Amino acid sequence: MSESDSRVPAATPLRPRRRAILVGASSGIGAALARRLAHEGYTLALLARRGELLQELCEEINFDHGETRAIPYVHDVTEYEAVPDLLRRIVVDLGGLDLFVYNAGVALAPGLKKFDFEKDRRTMEINLMGALAWLNPISAMFQGLKAGQIVGVSSVAGERGRVGNPSYNASKAALTCYLEGLRNRLTRYGVHVLTVKPGFVDTDMIKGAKKTFWVVPAEQAAGDIWNAIRKRKQEIYTPARWRWLMLIVRNIPSFVFRRLIF
Amino acid sequence: MTTLSVDQFASLENFGHSLRAPSYLFRPGDAEQISQVFELAKQHALTINLRGAGRSYNDAALNGGGIVLDLTGMNRILDWNPETGILRAEPGVTLQQVWQHVLPDGWWPPVVSGTMFTTLGGCLGMNIHGKNNFKMGMFGEHVLEFTALLPTGEVVTCSPQKDDDLFHAMIGGLGMLGVFTSVTLEMKRIYSGQLDVRAWNVPDLATGLEALLGGAPKNDYIVGWVDTIAGGKGLGRGQLHSANYLPAGADPDPSRTLQVAYQTLPSTFFGLVPKSSLHYFMSPFLNNPGVWAVNTAKYVLGRTRAYRQPHAAFHFLLDYIPDWELAYGRDGLIQHQSFLPKETALDAWTEMLKLSQRRGLPSYLGVTKRHRPDKFLLTHAVDGFSLAMDFKVTRGNRAGLSEMLEEFDQIVLEAGGRFYFAKNSETAPETARRFLGEETIARFREFKKRCDPENLLGSDLYRRVFG
Repeated sequence: MSESDSRVPAATPLRPRRRAILVGASSGIGAALARRLAHEGYTLALLARRGELLQELCEEINFDHGETRAIPYVHDVTEYEAVPDLLRRIVVDLGGLDLFVYNAGVALAPGLKKFDFEKDRRTMEINLMGALAWLNPISAMFQGLKAGQIVGVSSVAGERGRVGNPSYNASKAALTCYLEGLRNRLTRYGVHVLTVKPGFVDTDMIKGAKKTFWVVPAEQAAGDIWNAIRKRKQEIYTPARWRWLMLIVRNIPSFVFRRLIF
Repeated sequence: MTTLSVDQFASLENFGHSLRAPSYLFRPGDAEQISQVFELAKQHALTINLRGAGRSYNDAALNGGGIVLDLTGMNRILDWNPETGILRAEPGVTLQQVWQHVLPDGWWPPVVSGTMFTTLGGCLGMNIHGKNNFKMGMFGEHVLEFTALLPTGEVVTCSPQKDDDLFHAMIGGLGMLGVFTSVTLEMKRIYSGQLDVRAWNVPDLATGLEALLGGAPKNDYIVGWVDTIAGGKGLGRGQLHSANYLPAGADPDPSRTLQVAYQTLPSTFFGLVPKSSLHYFMSPFLNNPGVWAVNTAKYVLGRTRAYRQPHAAFHFLLDYIPDWELAYGRDGLIQHQSFLPKETALDAWTEMLKLSQRRGLPSYLGVTKRHRPDKFLLTHAVDGFSLAMDFKVTRGNRAGLSEMLEEFDQIVLEAGGRFYFAKNSETAPETARRFLGEETIARFREFKKRCDPENLLGSDLYRRVFG
């Protein structure tokens, strides 16, 4: 009868528990968002490749709240075939699902004068194909349930193709566009889709990167994302001022843009 | 065999719309199909919960992420003997089907709930009671025999004589030991489609409980309504209704009153508002001042009356207003029902009513009944009374209500009380341990091991309380 101790507390009418899956949770924006969602009362399934980091994060969250609010699942998003079974299991473990966040992503810059198909493929597999592997069953499920929220963490980088990392730009452009399509499909079923476009956030991803500016801590990005989830916004930039910068960037004519090195 | 995927989820709710959980929903037509779903569950390492009409106020019929067997597809009355009053039926048959089937022959189900939409499987799984618990006991006490399919694949037939331990564990066993596939019930002989009903006011809780105690032996049914908002000297004031079967010969025209057509509930209120939209008109009154006004009017206008009423109109109050629970708004309602020994009930409920009024979280409906103990393993009944209280849930009152119900549970436990698993949604595992006792729980676990060694049957309720 009794199962493992990691079982999440029961949801009751007076203690409702929203449940979320967060893919790409071990560090950066993902970890910060996990802490934030747990603080807001969510029960979480946290997914990442790096088991140790994930385990530590879950222990920290569960310790802070004095109950099980986060369960770790080691998962490589490029193992697409594993998704259906894993999703089915997580929904059992959580007892339901209200929110899905896809935050897994890598930026593998090839170097300014180099080309590297392996890196490009890896970028696409993690940033885009992994997202599709999850978003398909999630969308089907939420559509059937006529409820649910989907968050995709894309990037401002998806708005122009730049010299530094074309495949990263392409993966995020595709993700942004895919999320827009999902939104247009799912809104009529009461499912909310949020696209998040972070600028520079102080995480491992921008470590060693030059020419960064407006760098914000991951906690701030997580706060912005939480507010957007709460208000059911369609698209946000974090920090918000990137919206205006990107309006300009999107409109820089190509003959200028292709001479820029950024 | 089929693969289950998350796009097949159905979103299931409790009665009261305060909980929701996704599940793979199957509606088997026979025992063979139930076995197939057991196989499917094993393959996918999922649990199965059983669901009838879904009339539980809590998570009894939910199984988040798992499989739910909707048994309303098995709804045939298999056998009816109008000479002996013995009926055999499948678990998805509703009480409505039963009484409509047996009434014209001069019979009535011995125990019914406040709604006729419950299924026999649900009535057995939760072991329901009616307004005559003090006299007729639990629903399970009128079961002559049942057959059930256990998750092991074994088919068992139990009766009070044969395998009576399992009989008393499976009835009221929350559907966690096996699936009832047929049940044999004994009906009660009646000589009229009417009941002699008497209604009178009681000025406070003490008088109300006294009247229940004194009135029970003299009546076939007795039930009290409590004005949960009135305070001071009138704390717990309300109205009692008693009802009695008519003896043979008392009804001038039983052939008319024993017709199903005679057993109608009022179809409109004030003759104007269609019944199906009544709940919209209820909703503006479901707040503290609104309930105060309605309760006060009901009490002040309440007169001692005696009248005759069709059985269905007396019993199925909850069916008067279809979808009445929707009037409670977006976050729904919950019910807290406590069962207390007759010696401690007055003090405990006085404290609880005062507490709810002090906190500004009064119940919007209070109902008292008289009970007697029984032999079922997970029983909720005691030699005493029950008080059921409905509460409206809102975003703003959840935390306060939750704290208050925890205090309620402590008061009830200290007064030697019990709780009912079809009703309370917040019962903590520790509370269940205390009122059932370690030994009872250990015995139930033994039955679980024997009937369902792989833990194929599970529910949100079961995990919450016994997980």
